[in-house]
Amino acid sequence: MIDLTPDEWVAIFFSLKIASVATLAALPFGVLIGWLLARKDFWGKAILDAIVLLPLVMPPVVTGYLLLLAFGRRGLFGAFLADFGIVFSFRWTGAALACGIMGFPLMVRAIRLSIEAVDRGLEGAASTLGANPFLVFFTVTLPLALPGILSGAMLCFAKALGEFGATITFVSNIPGETQTISAAIYTLTQVPAGDAAALRLVIIAVIISFAALIVSEWLARSAARRVRGE
Amino acid sequence: MLLVDVEKTLGKFSLVAKFETASGVTALFGSSGAGKTSIANMVVGLVTPDRGRIVLDNTVLFDSTGTNLPPHKRRIGYVFQEGRLLPHLTVRANLAYGRFMNGVARNATEEQRIVDLLDIGHLLERRPGKLSGGERQRVAVGRALLMQPRLLVLDEPLASLDRARKLEILPYLVRLREEARVPMIYVSHQAGEIVKLASQVVRIEDGRVQAVGGVELLDASPADMAH
Repeated sequence: MIDLTPDEWVAIFFSLKIASVATLAALPFGVLIGWLLARKDFWGKAILDAIVLLPLVMPPVVTGYLLLLAFGRRGLFGAFLADFGIVFSFRWTGAALACGIMGFPLMVRAIRLSIEAVDRGLEGAASTLGANPFLVFFTVTLPLALPGILSGAMLCFAKALGEFGATITFVSNIPGETQTISAAIYTLTQVPAGDAAALRLVIIAVIISFAALIVSEWLARSAARRVRGE
Repeated sequence: MLLVDVEKTLGKFSLVAKFETASGVTALFGSSGAGKTSIANMVVGLVTPDRGRIVLDNTVLFDSTGTNLPPHKRRIGYVFQEGRLLPHLTVRANLAYGRFMNGVARNATEEQRIVDLLDIGHLLERRPGKLSGGERQRVAVGRALLMQPRLLVLDEPLASLDRARKLEILPYLVRLREEARVPMIYVSHQAGEIVKLASQVVRIEDGRVQAVGGVELLDASPADMAH
């Protein structure tokens, strides 16, 4: 077994925690916006679409800096939220926010595509059976879009796990608070004799990513089987 | 009793239909593309007419002056051409769906009666993907019946089936007419099916009602010649 120092365990633990929280917190918004983009026509739809995709195409450092401006202690929202005791800057919650925003475009794309693929005829059938639009969404649209929603969540999780640029810009690289595996590896490569430790973390990162992929494939497959009615 | 008096333009196709149905089974008869399914969709509320009025018994379902009851409030059972069973639910859950959504208390005797009538008792734990076309349509009919509809609309329920399957299902529909006591609208272009089921026929061609009457309207109609 690979011998890890306590610091390395902490980095792994925080990576998983940050990525999980980022994914779970982003999911309701991802479903809502994916549904809006798939099913509704409204003024400003193209703009919303572009804003959602922005973190995917902007340099991560830019996203991180914008987050700092917005959610930093003296930032536009940061100062306001701080009054309620919600602080993002230099906290692991800030890392989760940055990771969630970086993973969001991937999540929304997958969810949007899967909702677009849901047969609207089935939604119509459910409505003739007495289900109001809210119930149609939760009993037909959502379960049928589940494979796409799961793979969207998994993409977001993977992105969050590997996020580096936006996170380090927004919340820095503090061991035991905001230091993720990626940041820890980077730090280790900057110090003499850090190679062995860096390699250990690299192996761990590969294992986590691989496991995440296998789990997501399995979840998406079994959900897809259900959706096909088998 | 259903009163339909609607106008709808869909692209280049214009539909103007006015007719009234008595109790029992009324067939909407005409060739493909005549506008039968559009009328059915307007009756259940999936398509909104441009103008007109739809009244079921004493309830106004649609009136261009302002009323447009959404489908989930109309309580009209709709059997689609392709069944449209919810693929992620078992047959049992599909059957219960309409009853549950309409807040109808469970009536085990009634449920058993319909399951027996349609002979679907052995399918209850299966999912729609594992059913044959004929089984699927029988479940679709059962699902629509179990919501205790005020009207049952069947849109070419046999069209997606081969000849043998059609012959398999038709007797169930005949029994349904005799036992279910729900007024029915039966949409079809097959005179053979309608003769066995309907008491009243509304003949529709090119988006217009050509005639309303008994099954004698089926004789020598253009739609019949085509098949």
